[in-house]
Amino acid sequence: MIQTEINHESVREHIQQFSAETRAQLFQYVLQLADTSLMLSHRLAEWCGHGPILEQDIAMSNISLDLLGETRSYFQYAAELEGKGRTEDDLAYLRVATEYKNPLLVEQPNGNFADTILRQFIFDSYHFHFLKELQKSSDKHLAAIAEKSFKEASYHIKWSSEWVIRLGDGTDESHAKMEAAIKNLWQYSGELFMPTETENLLKEAGIAPDLSVLKTQFDEYAANVLKEATLELPEKVFMHKGGKLGIHSEHLGFLLSDLQYMQRTYPGLQW
Amino acid sequence: MVVTEENIWQFLEEVSDPEVPVLSVVDLGVIRRVKLEGDVVFITITPTYSGCPAMGTIEADIFKKLEEEGFLKVKIDMQLSPAWTTDWLSENGKKKLLEYGIAPPVESIASPTALFGKEPQIACPQCGSKDTKLVSQFGSTACKALYTCNSCLEPFDYFKCLN
Repeated sequence: MIQTEINHESVREHIQQFSAETRAQLFQYVLQLADTSLMLSHRLAEWCGHGPILEQDIAMSNISLDLLGETRSYFQYAAELEGKGRTEDDLAYLRVATEYKNPLLVEQPNGNFADTILRQFIFDSYHFHFLKELQKSSDKHLAAIAEKSFKEASYHIKWSSEWVIRLGDGTDESHAKMEAAIKNLWQYSGELFMPTETENLLKEAGIAPDLSVLKTQFDEYAANVLKEATLELPEKVFMHKGGKLGIHSEHLGFLLSDLQYMQRTYPGLQW
Repeated sequence: MVVTEENIWQFLEEVSDPEVPVLSVVDLGVIRRVKLEGDVVFITITPTYSGCPAMGTIEADIFKKLEEEGFLKVKIDMQLSPAWTTDWLSENGKKKLLEYGIAPPVESIASPTALFGKEPQIACPQCGSKDTKLVSQFGSTACKALYTCNSCLEPFDYFKCLN
């Protein structure tokens, strides 16, 4: 009999070190990270075939694919943490909207190219610094995923930052579109740094990065790029929140109806 | 014949990367460990890019190759850390890339947050000219960037540095 298989034993051994309580918290936390990369990956994939020029169309598909890779690592880990036999696909495709824990930013629609660039810039400025810190996590498996994805995120932040500068410091029209994008989207940047109860507990355990540290790094980095781009942030912005607790904008439902269509219509379908 | 781990490495030399078929998975540097325990083969691999769609195919091709060679019990383990770097491409692999028309990795991008920084000079794999221009950091696959040669005017892929 042929016995070939992908070995999951090392992850299973790894999670034995955690108490049942920590495992449950980690499951929630890893799902939140997975959902975040999944939604943005899906949004970027929506650009495929519609990009303003071929090279940038390809760039968005590439970034989408990197994020999908990251999200798969998280979902596979989450499936092991839960230990109830659900697979990465079950977690990605077969939950209802309120069970998704991504921040509101990443589910916002693509809008025009300037909106997509700004959403990506806000995310990358957070994600790059987040992955840098997550590599220090006391959870070695999360640290390994971060180490892998950080290298890829380095290319992403460079790409979106350069586009923010190119468009902001470009023509009158591109500048105006970037200003409109800031007005639309900056209000979703704050939630990235508002810790949930789970994030606080895991920060105490040395597993999750301190969001207040990330906020400082984010503010400094984003301010430099926006200055170079001749763009200004509005003085007072009301920051929306809720996504990380499962309270979403209406856009998520539409996104999920696309994302889940195949698995809902043909349950268990595989390539 | 007594089969050794050395033999298994040789078999893996014959498994090619599905996206860059001139490279074997050994050239690519994704095989981290080969261990033979009794009649069970344990192989540890690492992904190049985390979303690389070739990884599933690479796993399937390894299973298939080893089955053809008579190994019926094979276990593949995926290891993320330390993360793959282009430094693990073998010298032979870099030579094969160049012959295939893909410029091999030279050096890393300057600090990712140094924007519009000077990019490394990449020689055109077609005509050898160093007068080339980066078109996009993102190319036909996750591991490649797109360049154009200003001398022979041909576009070409650059296997971009990841370290």
